[in-house]
Amino acid sequence: MGVSVSKRVLKLFLLIACSAVFFQARAQDNTQEEMRSLDEQVQEIKTDVLTIGRDLALLEERLLFPSNTQLAVFVEMNSEANFRLDAVRIEINGNAVAHHIYSFKELEALQNGGVQRVYTGNITTGSHQMTVAVNGLLPNGGDFTSTETFSFSKGIDPRLLGMTLAGRSGGAVIEFSDW
Amino acid sequence: MKALMPLVCLTLSVPATAQSPVPMIRDPYFGEAIFYADQGLYFDALQRLDSEIAQHYGIDEPALDSLQFHINDAEFSVGDFELNYRMHHRAGRAISAVLEGDVDEEVRNEAAFRLARIHFQKGQLEEALSALNRINGRIPGRLGPEIEFLKANVLIADGRPAEAGQTLRPLLGAESLTGFSAYNMGIALLEDGQHERALEELDRAGQVDIFDEGGQSIRDKANLVLGTLLMEDGEFARAQASLDRVSLEGPMSNQALLTSGWAAASAENFERAVVPWSILAERHETDGAVQEARLALPYAYSQLEVHGRAALLYGEALESFDTQANRLAESIDSIRQGEFLRALVREEIRQDPDWVIRLRELPESPETYYLMELLASHDFQTALQNYLDLEDIRSRLAVWQRSFDAYEDMVDHRRQYYEPLLPEIDQSFRELDSRIRLRREQHQLLSQRLQDLLVSPRPDFLATTEERLLSEQLSEIEEALQADPSLQASHLEQRVRRLRGTINYTLAVSYHDRLTSFDRNLGELQTVIDEMTEQYEAFVRTRQAAVHSFEGYTVSIRRLRTRVDSSLSAVELLMARQGHVLELVAVDELLARRERVDYYRDQARFAMADSYDRVTKDKELELGVAASAGAEQASLTEDFR
Repeated sequence: MGVSVSKRVLKLFLLIACSAVFFQARAQDNTQEEMRSLDEQVQEIKTDVLTIGRDLALLEERLLFPSNTQLAVFVEMNSEANFRLDAVRIEINGNAVAHHIYSFKELEALQNGGVQRVYTGNITTGSHQMTVAVNGLLPNGGDFTSTETFSFSKGIDPRLLGMTLAGRSGGAVIEFSDW
Repeated sequence: MKALMPLVCLTLSVPATAQSPVPMIRDPYFGEAIFYADQGLYFDALQRLDSEIAQHYGIDEPALDSLQFHINDAEFSVGDFELNYRMHHRAGRAISAVLEGDVDEEVRNEAAFRLARIHFQKGQLEEALSALNRINGRIPGRLGPEIEFLKANVLIADGRPAEAGQTLRPLLGAESLTGFSAYNMGIALLEDGQHERALEELDRAGQVDIFDEGGQSIRDKANLVLGTLLMEDGEFARAQASLDRVSLEGPMSNQALLTSGWAAASAENFERAVVPWSILAERHETDGAVQEARLALPYAYSQLEVHGRAALLYGEALESFDTQANRLAESIDSIRQGEFLRALVREEIRQDPDWVIRLRELPESPETYYLMELLASHDFQTALQNYLDLEDIRSRLAVWQRSFDAYEDMVDHRRQYYEPLLPEIDQSFRELDSRIRLRREQHQLLSQRLQDLLVSPRPDFLATTEERLLSEQLSEIEEALQADPSLQASHLEQRVRRLRGTINYTLAVSYHDRLTSFDRNLGELQTVIDEMTEQYEAFVRTRQAAVHSFEGYTVSIRRLRTRVDSSLSAVELLMARQGHVLELVAVDELLARRERVDYYRDQARFAMADSYDRVTKDKELELGVAASAGAEQASLTEDFR
């Protein structure tokens, strides 16, 4: 009796499983070949568009941010920084030029060694002042704001400024550097 | 084993531990590419890194460029990003270029490994093995076990399980591959016909002590495969023990609950079968396993002779299958009307990380109810991802296309502003230029004179204007005295000589002081000339910048506009074709589901009728028993009377 019930159950199970396989198999028709061909074409168009994008980026840079006036500001995080970065605000000569609020993905990318170009703009040659304010959350749950001011000069070449955010007990240390 | 193949194939991927550790970034643009890639924005990452590498090789001295510190990483990263952006062809070419280049042994071996991985992912097994065979000599430490693991995967896929097993054996202790190596060892042994040993390895993989996402996933997969194999072997209790280890929240849980129920039912333990099937029957009704559980659960109750409950559950299943059949019909219609493709590219939906789940729960979108189920098909996944990539490219191209008008306007405005100013500026420039040239010539002459004076001192060269005039007057007097002897010559000549002597004495005495002043003044003149030169160069640069701000863009913009227009047309055409294929695959899949639901519905209908019959018969039997008991009592009463 026991064996017969077991066989019956297995038969039903296999019947259902086989019907599923049968229906699945029917769903895979001759479109596979076309999909492969389309995939090749998609890869080709991606290559073309990436080349266009690269050429366009160079043209935009030349047109919008010529090298003699270009200023770019980059942000990176020290690998030991243990705070959660919420936002960065940048002022140049007292004028607000950038304010970025970080998404979770962006924060993770910074923590994994990524460098964010937070600002690209134009500036005259000579001496300038940049003020950076960083907001975030400490490991103990408290908010913090750190502000630093930094003087720099702009010559005839593009100026690439970097700021590294490092952790400390009361907030973030902002270190400025040249790239 | 055939029923297991789809599950087994999914496990041949390399665990996600092959990423290189990020080095200290010394080139901001390389860091920027990593920043984008880490967020899954591979188009932006590739665009940034492509430009950076092209500029690196384009400059006169690449060794002075900051990318030189990362150039090998950058080349690899391009390949990785391309691979993630589903550009296998270009990824292969990029990595092959590294492989063929004059690079360090470790770098070449890493390139060979990456190339092999690409070939494996494309299903090119011979090429993958050939790339792996090129690895020799020093290899980066972290890659050692992964190279062997990949080799084993290729061998399994190539139908060489015995060799795969030999390759995997030393990896069973590798920490980075814990669970993965045991699982794949189990699959290799299974393929090699070593059933019992395969079960042992799968059991080992199913009990690894790793609780991250990867560890959980491999543990669940191993337990599900092991449970299904044991179930096929008739080892129902062991099968259930293994299936019970599958996480109730993971993606394998539905299949595990279903199989666990069947294992219990096969052991004739229907009371136990009811437990997993009851959990499963409450889950999302579009899932195939859930639908099967809704049919299996009343079957278990009917086996337990609870026909009333079974009839009710069959009724509920029938209702659910009716709903499913209607939804499937609606979905198929909706897809055929193009609603599916429109829903997929809804931007506000895609901003949500769980967009697939959100999309299928939108009440007004029947076309997306089955998205999760459709995504289980590899073909559908590829087609969907390509479609979404094309949509992303299309929207980028559309933005670029609109930008060209603005750029042309900008260039025109600059031209209109600068061009009328240039003639006047050029006139001032020419005047400044001639003045600077004159000063330079003067400086050069004086410098030469200073050098001469240092070699042969000439005090008269440093006479003041007054002294020079006095000297000239004395010369004139001398000439006059020589021409007119009637004058009191000797007395006058003596006075003239005295005066000249006084001048010469002053010149001789103050010569060194005057020479020092001369040198100092010349230095000051040099400073003035330097300032003028600086102004001159700044002027030249500013003029050049003004001209460059509007010259040389017209042709570039026109060419780029043509390329963007042409690519946009190509993308739209390709999207239409890709979308059509996507709709076809989705409709085919849903039709197959519809047939299965119809089949389940028929089964449920018959089973429900059968259960109701049994309930009726039971009641009749109860009534019959009650009636005969009543008749017997009446007869007894009669007899008693």
